[in-house]
Amino acid sequence: MPVYLDHAATTAVYPHVAEAMAQQQRLVGNPSSLHTAGRAARRVIEESRERLAGALGARPSEVIFTSGGTESDNLSIAGIFRARRDADPRRSRIVVSAVEHHAVLDCVEALAARDGATVTWVPCEATGEVTASAVREAIELDPASVALVTVMWANNEVGAVNDVPAIAEVTQAHGIPLHVDAVQAVGHLPVDMSTCGADAVSISAHKVGGPVGAGALLLRRDREVVPLVYGGGQERQVRSGTLDTVGALGMSLAVEYAVTHLAREADRLAALRDSTIEGAMALDRGIIAGGVWKPSDVTHRLPGNAHLLVPGCDGDSLLYLLDAAGVEVSTGSACQAGVPQPSHVLLAMGLAERAARGALRVTFGHTSVASDVDAFLAALPAAVDRARRAAGTT
Amino acid sequence: MRVVAAMSGGVDSAVCAARMLDAGHEVVGVHLALAQKASVLRESARGCCTIEDAGDARRVADRLGIPFYVWDLAQRFRQDVVEDFLAEYAAGRTPNPCLRCNERIKFHALLDKALALGFDAVATGHYARIVDGPDGRELHRAVDSAKDQSYVLGVLDAEQLARSFFPLGASTKDEVRAEAAARGFAVARKPDSHDICFIPDGNTQGWLRARLPHEPGVIVDEAGQEVGRHEGAVGFTVGQRRGLHLSRPALDGQPRYVREVDPARNVVVVAPAELLGVDVIEADHVRWCGSPPSGRLRLGAQIRAHGAELPATVTVCRADDTAYPRLVVELDEPQRGVAPGQSVVLYDGTRVVGSGTIASSRRRISSTT
Repeated sequence: MPVYLDHAATTAVYPHVAEAMAQQQRLVGNPSSLHTAGRAARRVIEESRERLAGALGARPSEVIFTSGGTESDNLSIAGIFRARRDADPRRSRIVVSAVEHHAVLDCVEALAARDGATVTWVPCEATGEVTASAVREAIELDPASVALVTVMWANNEVGAVNDVPAIAEVTQAHGIPLHVDAVQAVGHLPVDMSTCGADAVSISAHKVGGPVGAGALLLRRDREVVPLVYGGGQERQVRSGTLDTVGALGMSLAVEYAVTHLAREADRLAALRDSTIEGAMALDRGIIAGGVWKPSDVTHRLPGNAHLLVPGCDGDSLLYLLDAAGVEVSTGSACQAGVPQPSHVLLAMGLAERAARGALRVTFGHTSVASDVDAFLAALPAAVDRARRAAGTT
Repeated sequence: MRVVAAMSGGVDSAVCAARMLDAGHEVVGVHLALAQKASVLRESARGCCTIEDAGDARRVADRLGIPFYVWDLAQRFRQDVVEDFLAEYAAGRTPNPCLRCNERIKFHALLDKALALGFDAVATGHYARIVDGPDGRELHRAVDSAKDQSYVLGVLDAEQLARSFFPLGASTKDEVRAEAAARGFAVARKPDSHDICFIPDGNTQGWLRARLPHEPGVIVDEAGQEVGRHEGAVGFTVGQRRGLHLSRPALDGQPRYVREVDPARNVVVVAPAELLGVDVIEADHVRWCGSPPSGRLRLGAQIRAHGAELPATVTVCRADDTAYPRLVVELDEPQRGVAPGQSVVLYDGTRVVGSGTIASSRRRISSTT
C-alpha cells in the first residue's frame, strides 16, 4: 500500500461518517417536501445544520449549505461584492491577499475582468502570513471604495496561519465585510464564527473526513449577498437547489468529530510534521522548511503541514520519483493541464522562480501514522539526488 | 525495462504504451506539453497539444493502469523547434519541424530526462522498426509503407536508437486502430494528426507572415522578367506551384514552379518544370543511424516526408576545414522540388543509413549525353 501524505488535497472519510451517510443514502425524501419523507429529510438537514453550527461557534441560521469550498468562496466574494456595489456604486474595490487559493484568486480576477472590480493585492510576509497591518494599509488607500476584504485563515500550500480576529478588527473599524476561506483551517485550528469577527467563512467537508461535494458558507445574518444561482430559494434565498441531505449529514458529523478531537489531534499531527521537517533538513541536501515553523507550534502553522524547499529540483520530478517509491505527496501548487506551475504563494513570499519549482508539500491527516514519516524520509534522499540529475537535463 | 511511453493522446501512442506493457516492461505514460499556452479543446484534427489531448492520453493510461505525467517541454520546443523553423524560413529554406522535434525533443530532451529519472528507454508510436543487426541496432522502414515514418526518425544516432522502442513498426494502421478498439480505448477512432502541430489551421504561410517581417515584392521568371507580385518572399517553397497568382502567363502556357526563394532580395523566382530538375544535392547537418559509412555508396535517397525513394550515389565528404561531414547525393534521375532545408534520408534496402539537411542542389554538368 502506498503511503498517502496529501491530506490537504483530500483526506479519508471517517468510517463512522461513511456509515451514517450510507444509511441516509438509502432513504428517500426531499427536505423541501411537506410529506413524511420530506419532513424526515428536513430533520436530518436541520440537525446537521445545528451540529455544524455548534462545532464552529455559529448560529444555525448562519449556515448555508453549498457544494464545497470553491462554491462558498465564489458565492461569498461575488455575492458580497455585487450586493455592496449595488448599494453604493463607489464600492468596487476588492482587497485580497496575494496567497489565496485559486477559488478566491480566480473569482476576484473574473470580477475584475467582467464586473468592473478593481483589485488591491495585499502582500504577504516572507513566511506566507498576511498581517492585519498590511490589510489596513490596503484598505486605507481609499476605505470608501472597498466592497469587501478576503483573506484566508490558513494557507493551503505553506500552512501559514493568519490572525483572523486582528484582521477583522481592521475591517470592522471601517465597516467593511470580511470573507475568510477557512477550508484548510476547520478541524485543524479552532474556528469560531462568534468570536473571529468575519462576516463570511468558507468551509469544505472533504478536507476534514467528510464527503467531496459538500461545503458551507457561514454567513452573518445581516450580510446581504447576491446569489450565484436562482431557483427554489433554499438556504435563505441565497443558494437555490435541492438540499444534499447525505452530504450535509456527513459534513456535520465529520466537522463535529474533528473539532471534538482537535486539541489532541493537532499535537499528534504537529509531531509528525516536525519529525518530517527535521528529518528532511538532517539529510544534508540543503532542504529547508517553507513558511513559518517552530517545533510543536500549532498556532502559526497548520499542524499537519510540512512544506519543504528542495534546491536544484523540479517538484514534478520529485513527485514522480516518490510516487514510484510508494509515497504520495504534492508540490502544493496548481497544475495547468497537468504541468505544475511555479507557486504564486512562494513567488509572493519572495522566492525566485527557480527555487519555487523545488517545492514539496507533505500533509498529514487522521489516518497518518509515524511509519508514514519513516517511509517518506527513507525515499526522499534517492529521489532528490535523481531529480537533481534530471533537472540538469532540461 | 523501465520505459517512458510518450503519449500524445492519439491512437498510435496509446497502442504503443499498451504493447510495451504487454511485453513485460514497467511503463509510465508521459504526455509532452509543447505549446506555450495550450488551448482547452482541439480546434481541428491537426494539433496534438491541447488539454483535451492530454486528457485523452490520461484516459488511456488510466485504463492501462499505468502512472501518467505531463512533462513541460514547451520552452525547449519553442527554442529548438519553433524558433529554428522560423529562422529557416526567414533564410528562404523549407524546414521539417518533425525531424527537429525527434532529434532535439522526443529523443533528446525527453530521453535525457527519462534516463536521469532512472528509465531505460523511450517508446513512441512512430511507424518504424528497430532491428538488431551485426553492428548493433538498425532503424528500418515500417511494414505499412503508407504509414512509414522512418523518414522523420532519420536523425536518430546509434545511442538514441539503443534507447528507443517503436512497437508499431510491424503493424498497419488498420491493425493498430482495430487493436485500440479491441482494447476499449476511446481514441480508437480519433483522426490522425497531420502537418505541423503548432500550426493548427494548417496555414503555414499565414502563420509565418504573422511572425516574420515581410513586405511585398516581385515574382520573376528565369529571365528576370516580372511575372507577378507577392506579399513577402517568406514561406514560399522550392517546387511550389499553387498560390503564386502569376499575372503574366508563360508563352508556352506551361505551369511554372518556384525555383528559388531569395529573402535577401525579397524575390521569388519561378521557372517551368524542366528547369527545376536537379540531380546533385549537397547536404549538411549529417546524422548517422549507426556507424558512419565512408566513401562512395549506392543508396536510396528520400527527399521529402512522403516522397519516393530515389536511386542515388552518395559521397561522404570530410573536409579538413570543418568538423562536420557533408553529403553529396547524386540522383540517377533529375528531380524537381528539391527544397533547401528539407532533409534527405538515405536508405540501404529498408534500413535507414542516415540523413542530412539539404543545403543546395544543382544540375550535373552533362558529360555523356
